[in-house]
Amino acid sequence: MKVVVDEDSCCGAGQCVLLAPEVFDQRDEDGIVVLLDSEPGEERHAAVREAAAVCPGAAIEVEEG
Amino acid sequence: MKQDLSYPIPSEAALEPPAEWAELRGECPVAHVKLPSGDQATLLTRYADVKQVLADPRFTRLLTAPDAARLSATDDGGLFNSEMAQIIPDGGEEHLHWRRLVGRWFTAKRMAALRPSMAAMAEELIDDMVKHGAPGDLRAALGFPLPVYVICDILGVPAEDRERFAYWSDTLLNLTRYDKAEIDAAQGEFFQYMSDHLAAKRAEPGDDVLSELLAAGGPEEGGLTDLQVLVTGMGLLVAGHETTANMIGKMVAMLLDDRTRWERLLADPSLIRTAVEETLRMDANSGFGLPRYLRDETEVSGVHLPKGTTVVCSMAAANRDESAFDAAGELDLGRTPNPHLAFGAGAHSCLGQALARTELQVVLEVLLRKLPSLELAVPAAELERVEGLAVGGLRTVPVRW
Repeated sequence: MKVVVDEDSCCGAGQCVLLAPEVFDQRDEDGIVVLLDSEPGEERHAAVREAAAVCPGAAIEVEEG
Repeated sequence: MKQDLSYPIPSEAALEPPAEWAELRGECPVAHVKLPSGDQATLLTRYADVKQVLADPRFTRLLTAPDAARLSATDDGGLFNSEMAQIIPDGGEEHLHWRRLVGRWFTAKRMAALRPSMAAMAEELIDDMVKHGAPGDLRAALGFPLPVYVICDILGVPAEDRERFAYWSDTLLNLTRYDKAEIDAAQGEFFQYMSDHLAAKRAEPGDDVLSELLAAGGPEEGGLTDLQVLVTGMGLLVAGHETTANMIGKMVAMLLDDRTRWERLLADPSLIRTAVEETLRMDANSGFGLPRYLRDETEVSGVHLPKGTTVVCSMAAANRDESAFDAAGELDLGRTPNPHLAFGAGAHSCLGQALARTELQVVLEVLLRKLPSLELAVPAAELERVEGLAVGGLRTVPVRW
């Protein structure tokens, strides 16, 4: 799995951080998404998929492979 | 197209959606409705349409346009149509700048750090309710005060003034309850209160969001204008009051209405997170929805919308769209994923959603732990809705334990 985030679409909702804190974070200075792990291990795939599905800015893209 | 439907559409039962929603989604997803002002607007009820429109910058929040529909029954249309609503930039770089300056206070991590103090507050409020004996009103005892204490703390305003904030918030969110003189007087007082508060914070900064926004300096230093800080403070106070405060009561009522839900949560508290999201999705009484003013002509669900159309997005109706959610009419405590639109979508999606989620989760955790025997003290059919405001809620939530 490969994860890509789009900072411009991010609205800082923080859902991704609540769901997968090992993969996503938010910058202290403006709340925008920071990708901590672009190729997360399998145990995190379900949480990452959920984060992408519920992101209100549609800022997370998941490529399965 | 259905004509002359009055909006908001009344519902027979406080926790149930009006029957019209399903009909509108099925047959008339782009409907003409009449607002409390008497003006016409276009109501959207399908999930895909609501989501698309909320994320589309051509659908602006500029409801001060001369041809925009007025919302409330007062002549000026109320808050959404007021100049005050335009102080915060609507789009582009300026909005992004505002959003990021304020949004940094509401990150998931910052909100998670508030959990212990929220839980302590919830415990204290529940102890007080229990001390007064059953039945108690969960809205007055817990649902309302908890978010108010939390937002007062974040803004550095004294929680003792909460009765005044509550009244000012209600008048700002008026649809039909207050007349123009009452609203003008309340807004004047609120504006003055916040000006005085900011002057005090400027003289003696505290550890709160408003002090920090002031410390960032004016627009030339990368901060906001004084008026923007003031309106941000008023907006956050109103938003922090009415939304989660009402949602706590509605969430608990929904979970107790069928008590097997409560029992399932007692047996498996790991469902708390998804249960909170599902009650947000199923909230049939979330309020007015989000109004938008269309800058250019476009199409929604194959229907042509002319430039100047005022659209109302019903997120609550969209959240029950069968084409977006399996068994959309059923409350499923474990539903995953749950991309509901209760907090909107796109660049204007609710700034305080991590705060709201944290508060709802903490309240539910503490209630399950402290009052496992909790039940509604009246049949759900007897619960009554708050009327005449843009935000939906229950007047009281009578419970025993």
